[in-house]
Amino acid sequence: MPEQKIKHYQAGTFVVGNRLLDPEQRSVQARMERSNSLTSGHRACQGCGEALGARYVVDAAMRATDDKLIATNATGCLEVFSTPYPESSWQLPWIHSLFGNAPAVATGVAAALKAKGRDDIRVIGQGGDGGTLDIGFACLSGMFERNDDVLFVCYDNEAYMNTGVQRSSATPPAARTSNTKPVGGQPGNVFGKGKNAPLIAMAHEIPYVATATVAELRDLEAKVERAMELRGARYLHVFVPCPLGWGSASHDTIRLARLVKETGLFPVFEAEDGEVTSVSRIRRPVPVEEYLKLQKRYAHLFGDPPNTEVIGQIQARADRNIRNFGLLPEGDQSADLPGSAADLAGERPGETDPIGTAEGETSLMRLLASSPHGPQ
Amino acid sequence: MRRQEEGSRAVAEAVALCRPEVISAYPISPQTHIVEHLSDLVRTGDIEPCEYLMVESEFAAMSAAIGASATGARAYTATASQGLLYMVEALYNASGLGLPIVMTVANRAIGAPINIWNDHSDSMSQRDSGWIQLYAQTNQEALDMHIQAFRIAEEVSLPVMVCMDGFILTHAYEEVDIPEQKQVDAFLPAFRPRQLLDPAEPVTIGAMVGPEAFFEVKYLAHAKQMQAMDLIPEVASGFAREFGRESGGLLRRYRTEDAETIVVALGSVLGTIEDVVDHRREDGEAIGALGIKSFRPFPLEEVREALEGAKRVVVLEKCLAVGVGGVVSANVRMALSGIELRGYTVIAGLGGRSITRESLHRLFDAAVRDELKPLNFLDMKTDVVERELSRIHQGHSSGSHEQNILRDVGVVAAEPH
Repeated sequence: MPEQKIKHYQAGTFVVGNRLLDPEQRSVQARMERSNSLTSGHRACQGCGEALGARYVVDAAMRATDDKLIATNATGCLEVFSTPYPESSWQLPWIHSLFGNAPAVATGVAAALKAKGRDDIRVIGQGGDGGTLDIGFACLSGMFERNDDVLFVCYDNEAYMNTGVQRSSATPPAARTSNTKPVGGQPGNVFGKGKNAPLIAMAHEIPYVATATVAELRDLEAKVERAMELRGARYLHVFVPCPLGWGSASHDTIRLARLVKETGLFPVFEAEDGEVTSVSRIRRPVPVEEYLKLQKRYAHLFGDPPNTEVIGQIQARADRNIRNFGLLPEGDQSADLPGSAADLAGERPGETDPIGTAEGETSLMRLLASSPHGPQ
Repeated sequence: MRRQEEGSRAVAEAVALCRPEVISAYPISPQTHIVEHLSDLVRTGDIEPCEYLMVESEFAAMSAAIGASATGARAYTATASQGLLYMVEALYNASGLGLPIVMTVANRAIGAPINIWNDHSDSMSQRDSGWIQLYAQTNQEALDMHIQAFRIAEEVSLPVMVCMDGFILTHAYEEVDIPEQKQVDAFLPAFRPRQLLDPAEPVTIGAMVGPEAFFEVKYLAHAKQMQAMDLIPEVASGFAREFGRESGGLLRRYRTEDAETIVVALGSVLGTIEDVVDHRREDGEAIGALGIKSFRPFPLEEVREALEGAKRVVVLEKCLAVGVGGVVSANVRMALSGIELRGYTVIAGLGGRSITRESLHRLFDAAVRDELKPLNFLDMKTDVVERELSRIHQGHSSGSHEQNILRDVGVVAAEPH
């Protein structure tokens, strides 16, 4: 990732204005020549994390490939809000086939390009968490195993939003969805074993796996750029809040994406060939309540009295991630508020530390061995 | 070049001559020999350039073919039975998107009970998927139909299924004439896609269509099949000119001119039927056979024309529309609307039961005496069925039908319930 020591003073957001960066490091979105691949006029909800994530991912990929990019798309919100025929928001060649086959369609596109000797044209597949982790999972795993030259991007908003907010295998414990309501003594979604798609992707030992959130868009863009430097199967898992499904305010999308990382609930990291190569450390650790309270899908946990037991279980999951991925800031500087000495010393948001320097070994095997999602 | 060849290998050779650019493959009997041989041909560079994708399911096989075809590559895959059903969602998508994929279906029964032998239940279940369906009578015709299939598919922008009987054709060695590459190149021009994923000219493919236009789009799928109805015989006669033999087309009439009894069927069983027709003709019986080569589009007018002079029509089909009877016969009846003749449906050969000349003679004896019922089951062991039905009638839990029946027919040595 590009790196530049800078100072910034915007309390609260940790976001650095583009004008403080070298032109080369500025966001794709800040450039005149951005492709606007997912252009305005589409029908995403106000504050849609998926629309934001897709815009940055595809534009970054377009820039990385000199606009020679083909996209395949699973059925889902992204497909529906962008292409109610005859309108289309896509300004790149784009195909939607089915809900569960976007990775396999991408495989076919890549194979056709290879047969035609068009190695200059690259392929990206896109889907939501349902299309990726549930119904499309076999096709995704097959594409990984064959190491087809495809970047697959999962925009994870943790449920089937397009069909009316039903639970997916990415829905977190205790979350209320349309079919995991906190009724009949149930706490919302069950505490299952989980399905950690990035770790499963890593187990295929594909060239590149990364996670990102829409709170750190330069980090997201940098990961897309890195992915496009490589050939073979690559996977990018982007955390995208959904105001409609989560019962959060539209203006809290970025805040929630930041908090999910800062609580440790969503580890942001990169891995190459099955090995974690960097983690994005937590800048200012926060308890999970700060994240949960902003979302009506967790409102049942904050009654009178609050359900401290379930909140504690969620905190325990965050703590496990923090331990397993080594997410704490170096030296556990938990009180580094914006403007503090450490901040002014020039830490960059989304800064990545090579793994192993502070936290020791974090290979996939260790993660799997210690993760509650892995084989026990 | 004429040589002794297995049906599957002959088809693989034909596909290779069509210069496919992407082949997706997933194993299922009895189509495996086709994709195995294609794998060899790609590895040896006999098909070049070509990407051979070993996918993780039939659903992925068809999905990869969709992606490849939409990117302008000539795409091919093969399947059978459960595999065809597993790719159903993608089948409808391929035809809906108008992608000229060619697929071999090595016809096989559908479970449960699981069964690997031949009947037409698999492809018949997809008769309304929007794919063109051609049924081969011989290995030579299967080979020839694949060459025609790419031409038909690409001219009307529709996918084509070439159906050939599993094992009966796929695993049978026969003499076949495999054409020269230059002959096929002259017959089959390079693929020029109707729409294409191309960064130089970006298009959106597969957008959502609401009630304001969906109906018309669906009608166009039908209209395209009607275009194919004109094209299929054209391509067949072009093929006959180029390669010097009759293959494909909509129908095959066999001694139907003055026939009082006409037997309608599809696929390899037509060979046996035609033999029996010859015998009975020698005995002076006015009998003929009508082979349906194109089941989709279904040539209503041509079928009507071929059958309207007959006194009776026997539709012999290797599939069962459970709860009503025949699949092919329903289509034949539609062709005969308003014409007064006796029509019989005969379900035969399910799950690989042999259809013998003796059985056909018995059947046609009964047919010409008009002793058939509207719906008949050829060579079904009615005593076994009745015994099992009576067990069900007794009301108690009598275990699995399969076990009971196998016991009754003596395959399983055990005390009956």
